[in-house]
Amino acid sequence: MKMLINVPETVVADALRGMAAAHPDLAVDVENRVIVRRDAPVAGQVALVSGGGSGHEPLHGGFVGPGMLSAACPGEVFTSPVPDQMVRAAAAVDSGAGVLFVVKNYTGDVLNFDMAAELAEDEGVQVAKVLVNDDVAVTDSLFTAGRRGTGATLFVEKLAGAAAAEGRPLEQVESIARRVNENSRSFGVALSAVTTPAKGSPTFDLPEGELELGIGIHGEPGRERRPMMTSGEIADFAVNAILEDMSPHNPVLVLVNGMGATPLLELYGFNAEVQRVLAERGVAVVRTLVGNYVTSLDMAGASVTLCQVDEEMLRLWDAPVRTPALRWGM
Amino acid sequence: MLDADFFRRWMTATAASVDREADRLTALDSAIGDADHGSNMQRGFAAVRTTLADEAPDTPGAVLMLSGRQLISTVGGASGPLYGTLLRRTGKALGEAAEVGEEQLAEALRAGVQGVMKLGGAALGDKTMVDALLPAVEALGSGFGAAREAAEKGAKDTVPLLARKGRASYLGERSIGHQDPGATSSALLIAALAETAEG
Repeated sequence: MKMLINVPETVVADALRGMAAAHPDLAVDVENRVIVRRDAPVAGQVALVSGGGSGHEPLHGGFVGPGMLSAACPGEVFTSPVPDQMVRAAAAVDSGAGVLFVVKNYTGDVLNFDMAAELAEDEGVQVAKVLVNDDVAVTDSLFTAGRRGTGATLFVEKLAGAAAAEGRPLEQVESIARRVNENSRSFGVALSAVTTPAKGSPTFDLPEGELELGIGIHGEPGRERRPMMTSGEIADFAVNAILEDMSPHNPVLVLVNGMGATPLLELYGFNAEVQRVLAERGVAVVRTLVGNYVTSLDMAGASVTLCQVDEEMLRLWDAPVRTPALRWGM
Repeated sequence: MLDADFFRRWMTATAASVDREADRLTALDSAIGDADHGSNMQRGFAAVRTTLADEAPDTPGAVLMLSGRQLISTVGGASGPLYGTLLRRTGKALGEAAEVGEEQLAEALRAGVQGVMKLGGAALGDKTMVDALLPAVEALGSGFGAAREAAEKGAKDTVPLLARKGRASYLGERSIGHQDPGATSSALLIAALAETAEG
């Protein structure tokens, strides 16, 4: 597989150097792998720190900036970062108002953020944690590592970041983050497997003419494989899987998210089908975001995330944000 | 009796073994995980090798504590905290003695494996590193060779199991028929211990 890289060993460091050059608002520590908004710590504000394996860009580094994350810790490709990174990030962004860790529910992320929280608290930083676990494809939560954190991470980081920017205290920012997660559900499909730089060949075998339903964002295969479906059929399947799990009584934010190798032309077409299914099912949509936000390297495919919102949550979604990947109102 | 040098050679032998087997670990991980177990373990144990040479800890406990800390700081994923905890707990249980006996090591390793089970929440049969480590600890009373055989058998015996922990668990029934990468690297760690003891 051809890739636009030098050598697999330096892909993360190379990308961080490039981010630093492109975004002067960010302080990028390439050696220690921490991306921090340059004006941190912001007096009187709770700081948000997230992180995870690389390969999901723009998540999380692309969401660092006013109105969203204070810092991000990129790990190796598809590998959670190490506790040292989170401890360093927390120390850099804590204004004294405390730090919220936004953690996607994967065994590695959970273990490393848990260790980091203990170490940061030893250093006098007040830490709260919120777990994102929105992927309805994982049905048997009791006998697995539990539902994965996917598209809802964007909603959690945006809404909790807006709450922090309003100067709300840590327990309120944490509670909003939890509310966003509890009201969000996602479902993803893959049209092709993913190729990691280290391996250089696809991580699973997905024949031409088939698709994988219920995939995660790490190139792990999903739960079920079927003959290729149309965009409309996929939208029916994905939205219905979500609505089986959550019956929104409030309007929803919609994220139609590309996995990395699916063109926007297809994503917008898919969004039309998603909106059709939601209308058929009587679900009101207040805002829609279409694009590549929580990706899986070069995987083709898409995920749908719904987040049902009350007035306060909608106001937090609309609040100003200025990051490399999301930017409005400021 | 086993001294600090023995434990340093054990870690170095593990690093060499992980280097040799990295592609196999990654191949196993691409079947039911995300295809990075080999490179992650390689990066971690390379760092262990370097730090042991630089800092030259002088007791068995200190060698394992430092190795565990280094794995936590460099590996990431679930393997970093889990292998880090295994070595740190084992090292802690060995205390500050300059030399330890085989029985003492067996007891300490049992404490290490219990630490892994508590942190990861895994039990025997969940298709994880525990499936190689626990039988190895049980067999260690009968010698290092027996421990190696038990670990290798434990790793092979994960093939028909349904994964209940970690990333492979998302596959449900489809995780059946593949050997667990974590159990496989755990068997390498135990085999390196036996290799070191045999000289």
